[in-house]
Amino acid sequence: MTAQAEAATATQASTQPAAGKVKVATIWLDGCSGCHMSFLDMDERLVELAEKIEIVYSPFVDAKTLPSQVDVGIIEGSISNEEDEHKARLFRDRCKLLVSLGDCAVNGNVPAMRNPFKLETVYERAYLENVNVNQQIPTDGVPALLKTVRPVHGVVDVDVFIPGCPPSADTIHTILSDLIEGRTPEPIKVTRFGA
Amino acid sequence: MPINAPPPSVRVVTLRIDGLDLSAREDETIIEVCRENKIPIPSLCWMDGLSVVGACRLCMVEVTGQNRLLAACATRVAEGMEVTTDSEKLRRYRRTLVELLFAERNHVCSVCVSNGHCELQWLAEACGVDHVRMPYRNAGYGVDSSHEMFRVDHNRCVLCTRCVRVCDEIEGAHTWDLMGRGSDCQVITDLARPWGESDTCTSCGKCVQVCPTGALVKQGTSVGEMVKDQHFLPILARRRSTR
Repeated sequence: MTAQAEAATATQASTQPAAGKVKVATIWLDGCSGCHMSFLDMDERLVELAEKIEIVYSPFVDAKTLPSQVDVGIIEGSISNEEDEHKARLFRDRCKLLVSLGDCAVNGNVPAMRNPFKLETVYERAYLENVNVNQQIPTDGVPALLKTVRPVHGVVDVDVFIPGCPPSADTIHTILSDLIEGRTPEPIKVTRFGA
Repeated sequence: MPINAPPPSVRVVTLRIDGLDLSAREDETIIEVCRENKIPIPSLCWMDGLSVVGACRLCMVEVTGQNRLLAACATRVAEGMEVTTDSEKLRRYRRTLVELLFAERNHVCSVCVSNGHCELQWLAEACGVDHVRMPYRNAGYGVDSSHEMFRVDHNRCVLCTRCVRVCDEIEGAHTWDLMGRGSDCQVITDLARPWGESDTCTSCGKCVQVCPTGALVKQGTSVGEMVKDQHFLPILARRRSTR
């Protein structure tokens, strides 16, 4: 924890580029998009936020590629397939500060409920047993599932953890404001697992 | 309701907890004195009215002159004792203990019937657990829904044994017990038969009410609907002890 707190403090100083806006990227891995919906639930506060941050890559915007330098990267969802793992590593490489947003990213949550079962059993259950037309296990154009679903910090180092399913708009606003203003956020004071 | 008057032979001792000068009966434990004086100590297996097992280790405290930590629930007060209930070291241990509980079985709060009313969830908040640092074991445990009113989900059990003790000590049925060791340890009904086929269970539901998590719940509850009521316990416990 202290190492992460230090990392968070060290990187926070650099989250404010001289030119003004903090560059934020968000990504939706294995989750339900509920955390991104909760982000939008900040409603009119988004307008004031837009004066301080610039969303450079996200399901919210059209940009198709992650810029090489981002101040704050926010990940929703767990690491369930090869693409999730690749993208999480890309985010870690390019974002100064990495945030796990929501229970799936923080602890695996619902996607990780398949972990006690063998992967073949999961595939069979989803694509053969419960399907009566065109039964097939998809392999073309889709990333292969990993044997075990992991939280984001099971793959890359994470600086800030925001549990909640989903974390409320107030929670996201409080923590994002802390990060923008250079304060060390204390997520556990405003949210919890399953909140 | 009659409350036990202390037997005349019990003496009063003075001690210091977190710098506060306090007096207590010599037959009290540190955790009882802390609860009376609103000094917060996290605990999971300890419950007012049940016997002490000292299983969860969350109530560990530092006692001056002792080179090891002591469980506040299993340590009697003594004259001149100096206790510290909160320190960097204790916070570190408590946080690790709570994380290990989350890593051992499958506590998926967001889809749990006890979400928002769970002692493990509260402990995670109180101990600053915003993520679990160790890898999850991902082992699957069974769910027994054979009882017509109640259900046991071993995935959410923390092995505090409150159910075992309340069934034996308060209800007097001793339907619950433990089986296996280490991570294979499980609470069982009768001799590991389905709960619904138990000859000894009186269906009183006390085990469900004292369970700190969503391991023992009422049938028919959905996410966040299982709210437990434990007020009966100290009342029944005192009535039994006066007989």
